[in-house]
Amino acid sequence: MENLIALLIAAPLLGAAVLLCGGRRLDRTGHWIGTLLAGASFVVGVVLFTDMLGRGAEDRTLHQRLFSWIPVEGFQADVAFQLDQLSMTFVLLITGVGTLIHIYSIGYMEHDERRRRFFGYLNLFLAAMLLLVIADNYLLLYVGWEGVGLASYLLIGFWQHKPSAATAAKKAFLVNRVGDMGLSIAIMLMFTTFGTFAFGPVLGSTGETSEGKLTAIGLMLLLAACGKSAQVPLQSWLGDAMEGPTPVSALIHAATMVTAGVYLIVRSGAIFDGAPDAQLAVVVVGAVTLLFGAIVGCAKDDIKKALAGSTMSQIGYMILAAGLGPVGYVFAIMHLVTHGFFKAGLFLGAGSVMHGMNDEVDMRKYGGLRKYMPVTFVTFGLGYLAIIGFPGLSGFFSKDKIIEAAFAKGGTEGWILGSVALLGAAITAFYMTRVMLLTFFGEERWRHAATPSPAEPDVEPAAETGGDHSEPHPHESPRSMTVPMIVLAFGSVFAGGFFSIGDRFLHWLEPVTGHDHGHAPVSATTVTAATMVVLVVGVAIAWAMYGRRPVPAVAPRGSLLTRAARRDLLQDDFNHVVLVRGGEHLTRSLVYVDHTLVDGVVNGTAASMGGLSGRLRTLQNGYARSYAVSMFGGAVVLIAATLLMRAV
Amino acid sequence: MSATAVHSLWTTAGGVTSAAPGDRFTAPTIEYAQLAPVLIVVGVAVLGVLVEAFVPRRARYTTQVFLTVVALAAAFAAVVGLAADGYATKNAHIAAMGAVAVDGPALFLQGTVLLVSMVAVFTFAERRLDPASHGNRVDSFAAQAGSVPGSDSEKAAVRAGFTTTEVFPLVLFSVAGMLVFPAANDLLTLFVALEVFSLPLYLLCAIARRKRLMSQESAVKYFLLGSFSSAFLLFGIALLYGYAGTVSYAGIADVVDGTVQQIDPALADTMGNDALLLIGGAMILMGLLFKVGAVPFHMWTPDVYQGAPTPVTGFMAAATKVAAFGALLRLLYVVLPGLTWDLRPVMYGVAVVTMLGGAVVAITQTDIKRLLAYSSIAHAGFILAGVIAASPDGVSSVLFYLGVYSFVTVGAFAVVTLVRDAGGEATHLSKWAGLGRRSPLTAAVFAVFLLSFAGIPLTSGFSGKFAVFKAAADGGAAGLVVVGVISSAIAAFFYIRVIVLMFFSEPRADGPTVAVPSPLTMTTIAVGVAVTLVLGLAPQYFLDLAGQAGVFVR
Repeated sequence: MENLIALLIAAPLLGAAVLLCGGRRLDRTGHWIGTLLAGASFVVGVVLFTDMLGRGAEDRTLHQRLFSWIPVEGFQADVAFQLDQLSMTFVLLITGVGTLIHIYSIGYMEHDERRRRFFGYLNLFLAAMLLLVIADNYLLLYVGWEGVGLASYLLIGFWQHKPSAATAAKKAFLVNRVGDMGLSIAIMLMFTTFGTFAFGPVLGSTGETSEGKLTAIGLMLLLAACGKSAQVPLQSWLGDAMEGPTPVSALIHAATMVTAGVYLIVRSGAIFDGAPDAQLAVVVVGAVTLLFGAIVGCAKDDIKKALAGSTMSQIGYMILAAGLGPVGYVFAIMHLVTHGFFKAGLFLGAGSVMHGMNDEVDMRKYGGLRKYMPVTFVTFGLGYLAIIGFPGLSGFFSKDKIIEAAFAKGGTEGWILGSVALLGAAITAFYMTRVMLLTFFGEERWRHAATPSPAEPDVEPAAETGGDHSEPHPHESPRSMTVPMIVLAFGSVFAGGFFSIGDRFLHWLEPVTGHDHGHAPVSATTVTAATMVVLVVGVAIAWAMYGRRPVPAVAPRGSLLTRAARRDLLQDDFNHVVLVRGGEHLTRSLVYVDHTLVDGVVNGTAASMGGLSGRLRTLQNGYARSYAVSMFGGAVVLIAATLLMRAV
Repeated sequence: MSATAVHSLWTTAGGVTSAAPGDRFTAPTIEYAQLAPVLIVVGVAVLGVLVEAFVPRRARYTTQVFLTVVALAAAFAAVVGLAADGYATKNAHIAAMGAVAVDGPALFLQGTVLLVSMVAVFTFAERRLDPASHGNRVDSFAAQAGSVPGSDSEKAAVRAGFTTTEVFPLVLFSVAGMLVFPAANDLLTLFVALEVFSLPLYLLCAIARRKRLMSQESAVKYFLLGSFSSAFLLFGIALLYGYAGTVSYAGIADVVDGTVQQIDPALADTMGNDALLLIGGAMILMGLLFKVGAVPFHMWTPDVYQGAPTPVTGFMAAATKVAAFGALLRLLYVVLPGLTWDLRPVMYGVAVVTMLGGAVVAITQTDIKRLLAYSSIAHAGFILAGVIAASPDGVSSVLFYLGVYSFVTVGAFAVVTLVRDAGGEATHLSKWAGLGRRSPLTAAVFAVFLLSFAGIPLTSGFSGKFAVFKAAADGGAAGLVVVGVISSAIAAFFYIRVIVLMFFSEPRADGPTVAVPSPLTMTTIAVGVAVTLVLGLAPQYFLDLAGQAGVFVR
């Protein structure tokens, strides 16, 4: 059975190769090939899953060793896979959601002449992401890690003719490099510490390693996770990444790739368990990002950027949970899976809305769309209810557990983390309700006749990106797009309940990640009640601001916080001033030193060598007699020196 | 009595069948099989002279080229055969009554000389580069060596389509000398071998078809200075005989070590006199340093390299260096190991000034052949660094370096023969500007050779330089390695300057054209490139080979 594991990767990899090398003759069939191979990978995943269920909890881990990659004395790297419950969860999520999004893309990218290439990239992404989660060592994981980074870069910049997309792709790539550097350093540290980077030996011997080393490795892993999962301080790329086609945003920048950081931390749980300081850093990053993303999400008028802020915030929850240790690992992954469903659904819904609205992304130019797009409205609405944690839906179960776990951390820390998580839940309810109201309820602001153009046109940059300016004709999207949305909506509704009832997910994952109930200072019921209260408060405020009164089609100036949040809480400004300017100053001074000092020395040496050469050259005057004298002199010196050596 | 004593010193260490004492003359024993490489080459050279006398003019070129190539190939096969019989390792042997050693270094260097001579002979035989004159294809050599340049007799010779096919036997005689030189096991054999390979070279230098005055001038200079250095060498031999009472390497070494019991009464006054040893040793050393082109005995090199016909330059630069370094190694490792600590500082100094001098003066050269000449001086310095290491690693690294360097050198000079304008070869560097745009392949090949000279990784030059420097560093000459690396950096400047000139300068309107050579020169260049790349990428097999061949018999 373990021989099937390689097939998981082989199918999408084959797809990528065929589609990217196949040329134009595959333009008509390329999307079907891509979707079919993604589906094939999913089928293999399901087969492996049923097989895994058939075995006892202890025998569920499978290994497959393909070949020795770098066989060097003292440095062994294999291409080998490890499929356990944690990897299996990811495999099903990646291939399942991935297949749905392939199907969705068939409709969404229908009019794009580079659709074949798009599917090639999507398949490449699937292959890399699967490699990331089933690698059995950190080095191979790193290959997948870079692979998804490449796919992400290619897909964000897929519409490269738009300068904004090209810039966004470059930004994502550069910011991710910082994180990747962290991962590579972590792997080097592992090698020097453990002499290997296979999961088994590394994670099995953390007990005998000093806490300092574990902390260093842990912090570097955290840096890596921050880059890939858009956590503070490496979060700035995710908002811009929404320049990519919406299916990409749904698959890569919501459901799968951005959660790789969570996977990394949970997978390396043993390292973090031995390094409380690193764990604390993880928790802090998670908590800060959770609020950061939520606040940004409140202020954005671009529907995809609002959802991107939300993604950041939800991953903040997962990172927070992962930082809590065995108390939270399971719930981090559970939230990751449910989030995969509802956030992918929300993005696909947003894509469907844009599809019907001439690619308009400014929510202030939406309004009242529920009549025109009933399927989108219902599926998006279910996703909405799931993410805010409406009782009984997926998000309710998974987020609630994280908040409980945060309180269970104990002490002041526990109270702080729990409160932050609760506050985040309130803000989530607020911004998601805002998105819902702006998009599907209220006046139909997209009618030019109904709401004449504002006096000061094009204040918001978003207005310019919004396709042509003729009045849109909202309509429901084709079947290929709505079906995946419906399927995901099912997941959004039922997944959480299915996982939680009887602690199914807990029992499934516990053998891998371990679990600890912690000591909650407040009962689960109290936490649930508090969550319900903040939920209602959040929804109510949003209703008061956006539901009761008409929404202006042009954003008001807003408070200082709003304006800062619209600019992503000044993250780019910060980066620009500190990193870009600082870097420029550094390079300028280095260039100055290079030009004056280094070049001075180099040119001086060259000039003096040239001068010396010119003078020595005159000795070569062409007269045999001079040459003979030189030889004679040389011989005298040679003999004299030899005799002198003996005398000394 | 005296004769016996000398005789015993002559033969004891060699392990050769000893001559019976007494007054009866015993015929010397000659191991013909072990001397086969030399005998084949000399024999065919003599045959070549007969060919000049008896074969019709039209058939001479073909006959001579065929004979020469066959001779070199057969001699190489003989070397391989001897090596296969274990003469390079466990059966190392001293043949011909103690005159010639048959051991690892000797066979390795003989093999190298033969292969390099083979590819060099291809460039001698090249007849497609110059346009045919009066319906006859011509090579790089004068129509009639004896005619005065520009005279009527020369014009008549050109019109008649004469060619100097004597070059082929001359090369063979020279090669024969080079085969004996590194294998010579007594000082007289050494001297004879030196003259045997030098005299044909003086002649070959003088007979360029174009720029003959320059060619003749270079030959005269080479001859004068070469004789001068031979005189030193001979005087050194005389002094050493006075010191040891023998000219045999092993015999001298025994005296130096103090293991000799018998003292010849006739030489009792001088024997064991260290002044004789030191002065004589230094003089012999000087004679050899002249041949390898080490500073301050290098001054003939640029003038001769520039003036000689380019195929001869390539042959001389490659093969002479191999043979001379072989002799130098044997002298230092077999005859004078007892003097290591006396000679080392001197050799050290010579190596330093050779490396730096060659590299620095090359910077301002404007003629490609002179540039390569100075480059060869710098390389002589690098090789000396390996010689000084005084260890088996040092020997094998030098052997490897010589093999690497000689093929690249022959290849590089072969490329020089291709770049021509109306006056023959266009050797002025300014004419090479933009060559990469016009003839990318030729320029690229030359760039490979230059990179190898510069010792850039993935070329054979790097492997060789690394081996030599490593041996020198392990042998306690770390300072020499530092100087070597600095010199390499300086040298890299002028090598890369030529590459920049070829590829990044605008071609000149009156620039040279690249002649399309026959398969002969193409083979030479292709072998050079192949050796450069193979020994750059996978040097280990050949390093091992040189490593096995690194022990001298005594």
